[in-house]
Amino acid sequence: MLEESSLQPEWLSEEVSTGTTIIAIAFEGGVVIGSDSRVSAGASVVNRVMNKLSPLHDKIYCALSGSAADAQTMAEIVNYQLDVHSIEVGEDPLVRSAATLVKNISYKYKEELSAHLIVAGWDRRAGGQVYVTLDGLLARQPFAIGGSGSSYIYGFVDAEYRQGMTKKDCQEFVVNALALAMNRDGSSGGVAYFVTIDKDGTDEKCILGNKLPTFFDE
Amino acid sequence: MDRPPNPQNTGVSTGTTILAVKFNGGVIIGSDSRASIGGSYVSNKMINKLIQVHDKIFCCIAGSLADAQAVTKMAKFQLSFHSIQMEAPPLVKAAASVLKELCYNNREELQAGFITAGWDRKRGPQVYTVSMGGMLISQPFTIGGSGSTFIYGYADAKFKPDMSREECLQFTTNALTLAIGRDNVSGGVVHMVVITEDGVEHVVVPGDKLPKFHDE
Repeated sequence: MLEESSLQPEWLSEEVSTGTTIIAIAFEGGVVIGSDSRVSAGASVVNRVMNKLSPLHDKIYCALSGSAADAQTMAEIVNYQLDVHSIEVGEDPLVRSAATLVKNISYKYKEELSAHLIVAGWDRRAGGQVYVTLDGLLARQPFAIGGSGSSYIYGFVDAEYRQGMTKKDCQEFVVNALALAMNRDGSSGGVAYFVTIDKDGTDEKCILGNKLPTFFDE
Repeated sequence: MDRPPNPQNTGVSTGTTILAVKFNGGVIIGSDSRASIGGSYVSNKMINKLIQVHDKIFCCIAGSLADAQAVTKMAKFQLSFHSIQMEAPPLVKAAASVLKELCYNNREELQAGFITAGWDRKRGPQVYTVSMGGMLISQPFTIGGSGSTFIYGYADAKFKPDMSREECLQFTTNALTLAIGRDNVSGGVVHMVVITEDGVEHVVVPGDKLPKFHDE
């Protein structure tokens, strides 16, 4: 590494990426969506407290991963499109509509963009829902994980997920999964943010690094 | 963390999931049973990746099958000679060191990593990892192979030191099943070897008897 030819620090030339861990899970009556807070440019951490949970509407959030610029721009565009749409129909948008707008951008600009957003929220028609929009597909799932840190927790989420989990179970599930991924993935870390969305509103929480769950070797 | 080698330039490779776990009184070493070429053709559905290098010392291999077989053959020979000279069964650490010497001295040509586990009179049950470049470390449990990335979270969350034999069998079977479920180059049956002071027991769990998780 010391022989690298560049005289500039790495973070000036490397693309800024939210190499990350994001997760969303639906329960009866709502969803919990969570993320870590590390933004890296190569080996440098350029932001250690970024909130990657971006509101698309009052009760619809998306979680950002991949290239930070691409993901933020997609979220802003969809936020605008959803505002227009909800004025046109005269009521709160469906989660599926938000996910479809994200999917349309992902699919149309597949070659140029490298970001993956998970869309989750609550609406009156179908309750809590989680949608994945990777590579331009649209699929509803009971839960979803994404980002570089997600590889390490596939086994954990497959083993721990059960149908019929309560809101509290889901919050614990999200925080445990994030903590495990943050421990193993070099591009994930910092604090854990999570948002619980149900018919009564949205509740944003942040768990600091030293309050995250610990495991046998800590 | 070791990445599996590029399938384009290695022959038959054990894209695989391997692990070894210490429990109260012994170790369990386990693996899947699939060997593939380039990730698109399964060349062997029932390969045994758990190689016995001495009576109570086993190792399992990840990476290029050819390299792994050559190295373990040489290690077996060196260990049996060593145990004749010492007039005692070899230490698990000795077995791991023999593998480490071979891996480190030939690190330019070889592409294989090993997990060594066993029982000896001096230190009881032990688990060692020899990485692809030749690093040797001892751990309470270790996972390896391409399928291992998917179970780091599960293993970190569920491992407890000093488990019983049954708990450890369950942990190992679950971990391998979850990895097989997500990694396309791991599959087949789950092979496990339980090594204790009393001896060695080989346990095979066929595909249809593996535990089922929520989406199956």
